[in-house]
Parts: sequence; C-alpha cells; structure tokens
Amino acid sequence: MAHGRSRLSPRPVGRRVRTRRPRGTGALVAALVPLGFLAVFFLWPVAAIVRRGLAEGGVTRVLGAADTWSLVLFTLAQAAASTLVAVVAALPVAFLLARCALPGMALVRAVVLVPFVLPTVVVGLAFRSLLPDGGVLAIVLANAFFNVAVVARTVSGLWAHLDRRAEDAARSLGASPLRAFVSVTLPALRPAIGSSASVVFLFCATSFGVVLLLGGARYRTLETEIYLRTVNLLDLSGAAALSMIQVTAVVAVLVLAAIARRRRETAMTLRPRTQVVRRPRGREWVVAASAYAVVAALLVPIVSLLVRSVSTGDGWGLDGYRALSGTGFRGSLQISGLDAAVNSLRAAFDATLLALGLGVTAAVVLVSLSRGRARPALVDTIDTALMVPLGVSAVTVGFGYLITLDALPGDLRTSPALIPLAQALVVTPLVIRMLLPVLRSIDNRLRQAAASLGASPWRVWREVDIPLAGRSLLAAAAFGFVVALGEFGATSFLARADTATLPVVIGRLISRPGELNNQMAYAACTLLMAVTVAAVLLVERLRVQSVGEF
Amino acid sequence: MLRVDDVSVHYGSIPAVSDVDIEVADGEVVALLGPSGCGKSTLLRAVAGLEPTSSGAITWDGADLAGVPVHRRGFGLVFQDGQLFPHRDVAANIAFGLRMRGDRSPDRVADLLDMVGLNGYGARRVTELSGGEQQRVALARALAPRPRLLLLDEPLSALDRVLREQLAIDLARVLRAEGSTAVVVTHDHDEAFTLADRVAVMRSGRIVQTGRPDEVWREPADDETARFLGCELIVPGTVSAGVLTCEFGATALPWAPDGSARVGLRPSALRVGEGPTEGAVTARVHRRDHVRLVVETPTRTVDAVAGIADAPDVGDPVRLVLDPDGIAVLSRRG
Repeated sequence: MAHGRSRLSPRPVGRRVRTRRPRGTGALVAALVPLGFLAVFFLWPVAAIVRRGLAEGGVTRVLGAADTWSLVLFTLAQAAASTLVAVVAALPVAFLLARCALPGMALVRAVVLVPFVLPTVVVGLAFRSLLPDGGVLAIVLANAFFNVAVVARTVSGLWAHLDRRAEDAARSLGASPLRAFVSVTLPALRPAIGSSASVVFLFCATSFGVVLLLGGARYRTLETEIYLRTVNLLDLSGAAALSMIQVTAVVAVLVLAAIARRRRETAMTLRPRTQVVRRPRGREWVVAASAYAVVAALLVPIVSLLVRSVSTGDGWGLDGYRALSGTGFRGSLQISGLDAAVNSLRAAFDATLLALGLGVTAAVVLVSLSRGRARPALVDTIDTALMVPLGVSAVTVGFGYLITLDALPGDLRTSPALIPLAQALVVTPLVIRMLLPVLRSIDNRLRQAAASLGASPWRVWREVDIPLAGRSLLAAAAFGFVVALGEFGATSFLARADTATLPVVIGRLISRPGELNNQMAYAACTLLMAVTVAAVLLVERLRVQSVGEF
Repeated sequence: MLRVDDVSVHYGSIPAVSDVDIEVADGEVVALLGPSGCGKSTLLRAVAGLEPTSSGAITWDGADLAGVPVHRRGFGLVFQDGQLFPHRDVAANIAFGLRMRGDRSPDRVADLLDMVGLNGYGARRVTELSGGEQQRVALARALAPRPRLLLLDEPLSALDRVLREQLAIDLARVLRAEGSTAVVVTHDHDEAFTLADRVAVMRSGRIVQTGRPDEVWREPADDETARFLGCELIVPGTVSAGVLTCEFGATALPWAPDGSARVGLRPSALRVGEGPTEGAVTARVHRRDHVRLVVETPTRTVDAVAGIADAPDVGDPVRLVLDPDGIAVLSRRG
C-alpha cells in the first residue's frame, strides 16, 4: 500500500523517561479501537493468506520454482534502481527547499508533492503516454517520479533544521565546500536519507498500478504476479505463497527503517529554519539549477498526460471528456465514467471519515500513552503495528478480504462497504503519521499551564491540542481523501462491475482496444489529477509545518 | 495557607523528594532554593498536582488536595520558558484563566498588562515577544484569575543577567502589589533573596534549612549549605562578645552567638588592606565592581577581593583584612 507522506519533524529531544506504574488505562482501552480494526481488516485477511499458502503445499512448490526467484530478483532490482534514481533526483531538490532563499519555493514544494499523491494508474498512464513501449526504464522512472517527494521532503525537513555552523566550522578548518558537505552535512543527513530510501524501496517493491500498466505480461513483480495468479490463473495457493514472501520482506524493511528512525532521533543540533536559509553562492547555483531541472522533469509526464487527454485521431478535441458520460468504446464498461466518478467520491469520502476517526483515535492514544509515562517500548510497538499496512501489498489485503470476510455477519464480501474499508486501511497510517509529530511537538508544560489556569483535561484538548494540530488534521483529511480516491491495488480486487471506481475504470479502459477508450482513460486521469492538485494546493496553503514522518 | 506535611515523591524506586515539611502563610512568598536536581521543582509540581506524592499530605486551609486535579486547585503556574499559547495573542493568553471561569471582563486583562509593564501589547502575537516580555505575559496570565497560590518554577533562569536582575525586582513588586501567596523555585540565591520573605534550602530531596533570607545568608545550617551559598573556605573560629576570631584575624560580628564556631568565608570576606595575613598574588581577574584575587599565604591559597583602583598585580605582596559582610557563621556546630 505504497502511500504515505514524509517530512521529518524533530521530536523534542530529552524527554524524561521515568519508570513508573503506567497511568492511562483509558488510553489503552481506546487503543483497542484502531488495533481491533487492524486485526479484523488487516491481520486476519493476511494471516488467512499465509495459512492458505502453507496448507496447500503452495509454498514448497512456489519456492522450488526457478521462475519465482527471477520474479523476486526483478522485484528487488527494479525497486533498488527506482530508489537510487529517486534519491539522486531528490537530493538537489532537498537542498533547494532547505537551504535556498529563492523565489518560487512554494511552487517547487507543490510540484514535488503532486506526483506522490497522484493515483498510481495516473502515473502509469502518464509514463505510457511518454514511453509507449513501457519496459524496465519506464517502470523505474515512474516509480522514481512517484517517490521523489518522499526523499526530498524527509531530507529537506532535517536539512532545514540542521545547524549551518557545523559546516562553517569545517570550512574554517580548511575544508572546501564539497569536502564540508561530504564530511559534515552528509553524515548528519544520512539517517533521513536512509529512512526515506528504505520507505521508497518498500513502496517501489510493492508498487502495483505502475508495474501492471507499464510492464504488461513481460515485466512482472511479486505484486502484479499475485494479482495475475489470483485473477487470471486462479492459483490461490501460489499467490498466497508469493504474498508470504512479500510480507516477510516488508516486515524486514520496516524493522530496518524503525532502527534508522530511532538513531535519527538522538543527538541532533536543530535550529529554527530562518537561521539556515540564504541565497545560493558560487557552485551552490549548480545544485540549485539541477534541482529546478528535476522539478521541470517532474512536470513532463503531467503535461504529457494533459496533452494526450485533449488529443484525438485528427487533432485536438474533448472527445475523451465527452465519452466519460458513456460506457466507452462498444460498451467496454458496465457503468459510465461519471457513475465511476460518483462511486469514487462516495467511497473516498467514507474512507476518509473512517480513517480520520481511526487515525485521530490512534494518534491521541499514542500521545496520551507517552505523556502518561507508559513504557516507551509499548508506545513504539503500537506505533509500528499501526504502520504495517503502509508497507504490506494492497493486493495481498484485497485478496485476503475475499477469502475471509464472508465469515463476518452481513457478508461483507458482496457489500459496497468493503471498498471504503480497504481504502481506510491505506489512509489511516497516513493520518497517524501526519498528526502524531504535531501532537508530540506540543510541550506538555503548555498543557499543564492550561490545566493550572482551570482547564479540565477535555478542555485542554479543545483549547491547546486541537487548535495547534487543526491544520495538520485538515491537511491529513485532504491527502487522505486524494489517496483513497486514487487507491488502485485493493480496490481493483474488491470492486465489482457496478461499484468500480475511477482508477479501476481507467485500468479496464486501457486494457481494451479502441482509441476512444484511451482518450477516455486520459480524460479520467486528468480529472483525478485536478482533484490531487487541488488537495496539494490546499495543504500547501495551510502551511503545515510537518507533513508526516516515518 | 499551604501546608506540606511529610511529603515524599518517588520516580520508580528513586526518591526525588523525601519527608518534606513546609508551610506557606497567606501573603507570604517562599523560595525553594537549591542546586539543580535537588528535588525543588518536583516538590513544586507535586504542590501543583502534576506529580503524585508517594506519601504525606498537601493541604490548603486544612483541606487535603490529594484527590483534587490540577485544574481545580486554583494554583497559578509560571514556567521557566513562559509556555505561552502560541495560537493566541497576548491579551487572549492573559484572559485564558478568566475564560475558564466564565469571566470575560476586559478590565482585568488591561490592569495586568499595565502591572507587568506591557501596556498596549494586548494584540501582539506571543511569538513576536522577547524572552523577558514572554515571562511578563506568563506572569500576568498566571495572576489573572487571582490564584490562591502562585507557583513559579525558575521564572527568570532563561533570561540574561541584566534582564534577570531587572525582572526580579519587577516580579517582587508585582507579588507584593497583588498580595500573592507564592512559592518560587530557583537555584540562584540572589533571585531567592530578592523575591522571598522566607527561603527553604533543599538538598538531595530534603529541606535542610528554612529562614529569612538574611538569616540563611549569615547562618547557613551546615558546610554544604554554606558552600552552596558561596562560602568557598570554611575555617574554625570563636565568637566572644560579638567579635569573631579566626586564623585571618578578628572582626566584629554583633549578630553571632558566643562560642566556638565554624566560619564560612566568601571571597569578599578577605580584602586587601592592613590586616594580619600576608601573602602574594598569584592571579587576578576583573569583575564588575571589584577585582578578584588568588592569594598564596604561608598556610593556604585563598580567594580575596580588592578595589579596582588600587588592585595589586600578580606577584605583588599583599596583606589581607577580614570584612564582616563576607562572613557566615554555621548554625549547626560540628
């Protein structure tokens, strides 16, 4: 479920840790709500898949097949290559955002952020319009395009608060600007680069829509193979075995990322942002220029998509947009594009509400537990557990729903409520990651000051925490909505013909012949992109200090 | 009246405050003075209701506060670094406590702005204020709802020296004007003596001495308290008919009780003059209004002071004379 947003927000260093009988049983009870949701709608389906993979001997068969290992190899190799490209492209942008006082920074921030919230099908289709033959290069570039924001925002978040005087000291000791960067700044940034790179690697390894659209039948990753085996070959035990391999890899990467994160939180000399921003000097202009080049490159697929959406066989026109009111070339779809758009909005709205409820509860619980002096290990464990859906394949979860949820009353499998539930699972970690740093950064003594002035515990939340975290909550809602709107992996598993969402419809349109279907897909992508850009502009407008942390 | 009765606070198995007894009368300002880590802030937080006590009782006018949460105690709190609400302007910060009680009168806010010397600052953003201004707003905010007791946790420590001295005087004036009952936690004895009617010296979680500032200053309870209050040298001596005699000579101390005594000497207790002690200067440093010397005498190395105009140079021979203002007599013998 390759979605999440990153921007480092330093937690206050030196929180006193005390061993004391934990207070806050109420918080622990409230923790059961998000954890229970996670158990029913995530753990159970995934566990069911693991069991099925083990039970039918699929694992030994799949593990023995040479095909499997070339699949694993390709998955890892394309993820590694995509991560490398994303990091190399993101570092100059991080420098630009963190250290340069130049005009147009708000625009740069928005342009960098847009690709990350774009629906995967839109990104896939945008690159198909650029590189019609698809292939490895297209997959790597599309994955990197998608994730530049993760690295750029995480690294610039740390970089902006890094004390420039450490570099000045190195320079005064005789280091050249490059040497000072390599020996002082880069080591300080390494934790941020490391943790964002591991997250990007995770996203790229589990990337679904992009690979499915650009790789076709030739280039397959674990994620697309699970989908193809389930949907086309009905090889459930094989798919389950592949899911297990993927889950194992994801958990390993998450643990590594958690270790990197913990290291980052210690021993940093952080400064307010204003002290480190200035106009570039000398060779810094080269870096700034390459950052602008990266930003321009990010715009290319977006512009290409726009152009394709208004191109017809004989020039320019709005045929694709007009076709949205119909069901495509010779009725390729069972519902019209507009119906799909309505389905999308409804599901995304429900999913956002659900995710906000769960995410706010979880964030409040985690913060209350920390403030109530619960064991840090307990808080970290709950925190990590809530993040797991961020990394586990959406396809695995969607598949898991199909084989478990008939056991629940009301047969959820055939219910339209299933799609918002799956989407909420993707969005909830995002809400938590955006709210938690803000809530954590509120000094407990500020709340104690309010209490000493007569504010009851609820009143303290209303007067202090909510106003201070309100913008982040709104931003989380906007992003969550867009991410739910664009969710493809799980939704394509769960949506039936009449409940299909816009991304699912786009996927179906481009797999069918007919020029009109293509135009319609590009037009639908443009609509999704417009909503995404609106959300990003809203979030940038809110000037939320930290857009999530990993 | 606040009464702290045999109170202990533990962090896990580590005692932070042990068996503390103290009373604060209505209208009285008491300073908890001690080095960092002595438990003074923890005691303050226990009184505020922010730390649970492990034993003992905290009462107000005889009513036990054990079950009373922070927001119902009616105790104002001022932190070292203000902790103003960043999303509210100066006036709204000050009005916060009034609003919690449903009181919306703007007059009180204006009065307090006036009292802390920030007339016309009401509409300013708190993030635009200097450190000293923030502390003034924090004080006004805590005073606005007329708390029964004001708790100040190192209220001036985050400020630079000149500002700290100025604000300490202002703070003392405001506390008197409001007739506040207050407990001030500080590690700075100047601050404690400026603000407080009574000082309680804390060490290792216990109160080792309480008394009026001049009493504590002149008659610290024991060696460690004397050292904490600046007596770098402690020597034996005798007091007889208001005259102290020790190895550095004799001087009049009319307030000291007769008998043998341990004598604490601050650097200012020995100054250059026609005294009996001879020595040679081995180091000198300029201070604001005097010169600090290190003098090697035949028996030991001592700190001493001299006037700026006639300060001797390094290597010069000097004679030292006792100055009664720099002398403390330890009240506990032995």
